[in-house]
Amino acid sequence: MSPAGWEAVIGLEVHCELLTATKLFCGCRNAFGDEPNTNVCPVCLGLPGSLPVLNERAVEFAMRIGTALNCEIRPSVFHRKNYFYPDMPKDYQISQYDEPINVDGWLELPDSTRVGIVRAHIEEDTGKTTHVGGGGRIHDAAHALVDYNRAGVPLVEIVSAPDIRSADQARLYAAELRAILVASGASDGRMEEGSMRVDANVSVRRYGSDEMGTRCEVKNLNSLRSLGRAIEHEIGRQVAVVESGGAVAQQTRHWDEAKGVTVALRSKEEAFDYRYFPEPDLVPLAPDRSFRQRAVAGMGPMPAERRRRLVALLAGEVSASGLDQVATVVELDLDGLVAAAIEAGIGPALALARTANEAAADAEGTRHLDPGAYVKWLRMENDGILSATQAKAVLAELLDRGGDPAEIAAAKGFEAMAEDSLVAVVGEVVTRSPAEWERYCQGDEKLAQFFIGQVMKATRGKASGKAVVAELKRLSAGA
Amino acid sequence: MTREDAAYVARLARIDLTADELDLYAGQLAAVLDHAAQVAAVDTSGVAPTAHPIPLSNVLRPDEPRGSLDRGEVLAQAPAVEDGRFRVPRIMGEAP
Ligand SMILES: [Zn+2]
Repeated sequence: MSPAGWEAVIGLEVHCELLTATKLFCGCRNAFGDEPNTNVCPVCLGLPGSLPVLNERAVEFAMRIGTALNCEIRPSVFHRKNYFYPDMPKDYQISQYDEPINVDGWLELPDSTRVGIVRAHIEEDTGKTTHVGGGGRIHDAAHALVDYNRAGVPLVEIVSAPDIRSADQARLYAAELRAILVASGASDGRMEEGSMRVDANVSVRRYGSDEMGTRCEVKNLNSLRSLGRAIEHEIGRQVAVVESGGAVAQQTRHWDEAKGVTVALRSKEEAFDYRYFPEPDLVPLAPDRSFRQRAVAGMGPMPAERRRRLVALLAGEVSASGLDQVATVVELDLDGLVAAAIEAGIGPALALARTANEAAADAEGTRHLDPGAYVKWLRMENDGILSATQAKAVLAELLDRGGDPAEIAAAKGFEAMAEDSLVAVVGEVVTRSPAEWERYCQGDEKLAQFFIGQVMKATRGKASGKAVVAELKRLSAGA
Repeated sequence: MTREDAAYVARLARIDLTADELDLYAGQLAAVLDHAAQVAAVDTSGVAPTAHPIPLSNVLRPDEPRGSLDRGEVLAQAPAVEDGRFRVPRIMGEAP
């Protein structure tokens, strides 16, 4: 939340590494975590006489991203962005400047808000610089070490319009964009490995004003959590500056995760003059219709569409918290399992809740489960064979070691509560407590809890509460 | 093109110029810019911009790995090496 009377204006710039096998302009491998400087060649080291040749797959991924973000895909041109810094051995970065491949799109948040996409262009990544000495801080470092494995890795930079109004919304945007990038197949969206990197442009203004305040760019946002915290802090800082009669200086600021503050890096007054000019070694890119169609062929539906489809499947059985659960399962790519369960006759609320909570806690493991086994697991709780607690224990085992849910339940002794033995236990409990049974039969439903407690005690927690209630109802109907 | 402009461009390109050289190049660059201004004066409305002198587009390569260089050979060219990486002097400031 912004301080009372103030509104934040936020735009995000997201760099995303593409899942190509090779770099943007050379055949070196695009791999994270390899030994330093093992994926380098004359092109990505900028050796004299080497020439870049554009990676077709990178262009396809860029068009997938553009399509997923509802952009217009246009003919584009590469430029050189010139600067001297050891992360680029060429002393320039090849990027798309005034004629980017994707322009004028939008992204829809789970609450149906649309955020404009100004552009999504192709560029090459830089090498990785490590500052040595001085506790890793740039200004105190003794020297730096450079690994060029990442230099030349294909990126798409996605620039949003300044349509975002809060730290929460910025986080939602980044999460949605990540889900879109993953769904498009173009990126793995891993912020912790740096394959998705977010910078935030933040300014503040009096509520109701449509002026633009002076903005600061906040960098070093390595997780959705730090993105939210950093923007929150930056909004508070700018409002405090203006309210105390000062003016916000246009700056690049670095988020210090440990201290929870943003720190000025450099003023924009001394902004770099990149002397952009068209890259003479590359010809224009003008994808025709068939190239564009080939690029997006096989691309599945995007998260917004998948959420709509799942809500439709839930057929009205979805509450406000259910909508959050829908967003969660789609984001974690588990919506297919929920759909399969509902189609197999599992109660929609149960299928959604178990998937958004228990299964989501190990989304990676759940995605690797056999859908048939997953549905079978849900069915045991759905049909009252397992209690909620038992079902969770079975899922944990299923995720841990795999196997058949029914066999896991049997091995854990949960199968003891097969229907006939449950009937016997409920019968005994009812006989032992005639007064309570009488009141239950007369309509005092609160006593169901009493009987469930008794049955649980007798079975040491193995019975399903739902199954007990069903049996109580059957007995009282016949009484 | 003033002398200050020439000094600025030289600084961006990390070229040290003497006072005499600055005067010389400022004059030469001014001549180049005058020529460009002459070309710019031509009415080009209705002429499609030339993005590249060669009338080609979409020169692409398949996304297939080709061998990279041997690391030992690469690092042997560097003035200083540490821990498999290029060792460079202390850097002032963040990457641009
Ligand atoms: Zn290379």
